[in-house]
Amino acid sequence: MIEQIASPPIERVGRLSHQVNAVLIIALRDVLKFVRDRPRLLSTFIFPFIFILVLGGTFDASLGQAMGYSYITFVFTGVLAQTTFESTVIGMIYLLEDRENDFSQEMFVSPISRYAIIGGKIAGEAGVAFLQGFVILIFGWLIGVSLTWMQVLLILPVLLISSLFGGGLGLLMLSNFSSRRAATQIFPFFILPQYFLAGVFTPLIGVSEYLRWASYIAPMRYPVDLLRGIFYAGLPEREQVVILEPLANLGLIAVFFVIFLVAGTIIFVRKETNR
Amino acid sequence: MHPSRNGKVVEIDQLVKRYKNADNNAVDGVDFDILEGEFFALLGANGAGKTTTISILNTTLTPTAGRALISGHDVTREAAAVREQIGVIFQNPSLDLNLTAEENVRFHAVLYGLYPFRPSFSWMPVDYRRKVKDLAAILGISEAMGQPVKTFSGGMKRKLEILRSLLHNPRVLILDEPTTGLDPGSRRNLWSYIARVREESGTSVLLTTHYLEEAEGADRICILDRGKVAAYGTIDEIKKTLIHHYLLIDAADRQALRAELEEKRIPYREDGRFRLDIREDEIHRILRQIQTPLTVVRPRLASLEDAYLAIVEKYD
Repeated sequence: MIEQIASPPIERVGRLSHQVNAVLIIALRDVLKFVRDRPRLLSTFIFPFIFILVLGGTFDASLGQAMGYSYITFVFTGVLAQTTFESTVIGMIYLLEDRENDFSQEMFVSPISRYAIIGGKIAGEAGVAFLQGFVILIFGWLIGVSLTWMQVLLILPVLLISSLFGGGLGLLMLSNFSSRRAATQIFPFFILPQYFLAGVFTPLIGVSEYLRWASYIAPMRYPVDLLRGIFYAGLPEREQVVILEPLANLGLIAVFFVIFLVAGTIIFVRKETNR
Repeated sequence: MHPSRNGKVVEIDQLVKRYKNADNNAVDGVDFDILEGEFFALLGANGAGKTTTISILNTTLTPTAGRALISGHDVTREAAAVREQIGVIFQNPSLDLNLTAEENVRFHAVLYGLYPFRPSFSWMPVDYRRKVKDLAAILGISEAMGQPVKTFSGGMKRKLEILRSLLHNPRVLILDEPTTGLDPGSRRNLWSYIARVREESGTSVLLTTHYLEEAEGADRICILDRGKVAAYGTIDEIKKTLIHHYLLIDAADRQALRAELEEKRIPYREDGRFRLDIREDEIHRILRQIQTPLTVVRPRLASLEDAYLAIVEKYD
């Protein structure tokens, strides 16, 4: 019977289709693992909810009055982009540790291209991030953020873009760190300033010149601004909240994404062939 | 079908690995071959270089010097070809605990390009479904194939991994300390299971262990010591190189015996009695030299266990 298990399959998969299938299952596996892990599900939603409800709620009373528009809505749109972006970055970095645990080990010894590993991993982590964004979107609607169907329809692709963009940056970080410990020690210094430079909680309009320049190098700023550009389109507070036109943000995201992806892939593959 | 060179599935030639910023080579000029269908055990203490050697063979680590071939393919230059020829069982189980046993098997089959991916078991090719049923029957877990792997015992997880790795018909199964974390009962059980898998599938088995008794069923063994080969061959050959004779003596007047041995420059070790590490043909000559009345004279033969422990204990 054991002999039969080791017997070759009746019809083998073609070369290209093998790689495409590999990307597919690496991605699907990430999503399945996320959906079936209840404690993880719960913990990923706690922070966005706290940000929106507690931070947004407490500041809404004071700041909101002064600003003249809903602070909760402002934080909600920021957190939506921030969560999707950051979740994929972290998911990619986790591969540093995962490769010594569970099924991830198999990916590195199986006869699939290293590009398939990168592609599958980015797609999978972006899928997980997108699901989180989707749940936060529903949450925002439940707590009374006014959303039209048109807004929702336009926000969904932005969530996907934000998630994929995080994958590019995550890959670049992943390939530049040797261990998960090193990565997690650096990560807070890397991500926390971006919350403010990207204007997740505080509007960037009216900040000093040097902060304005610093914000340009915070990658998180672009998905946040893109999402707000879509959300606030046609609303009176748009001028106080949105910095760049959505198309400009989209173009910048595309340029950065390609740079991150190409640099990250080159370093990753070089490291994989010389460990 | 598979290229093999003089029946050798694995050939390692002067393999060296030095990790970044390390002062010593983790693997320091190791040579060995594994024959087709052979059961080969790589022994040594923690830190002797077993896992490093295995990681080079499974293509997750590149050697600093020397070369390693699997079915004639170089592990560095032809990594993709090598990956098709090996089945790898890692020290940490490579199963996703929240996925079902069948999903773990399916993902493996797709990664190895055996079957196209379908989101549900019932949509997978008939050929695949039959294999999963066989696999479940061998493991005796027909119902549990749809259960998350986290509900399985440690031994059952290992067996599932081993069967799964056979799906792509590897030339050699590489297992890194497969019995780690298992109780003695499951350990013995897994051992006979591996033997059965090897017999029925005809694949070579390379495994690492630090237990000598686990290696005793192996066709050949290689003992590593600080990155170097300390002994290599069949158990009988290794016994010849590692096992030696010694003479155990004692006297009522130990003070006198000690003084005499030192004066006559006869090397000895004292652990209760006096132990002289000498060859069999030296016994008579040495005994004639000693004047102190002896109360005990016993020629002894060290066991393989003693010899192995002497190598391993250096690490503590």
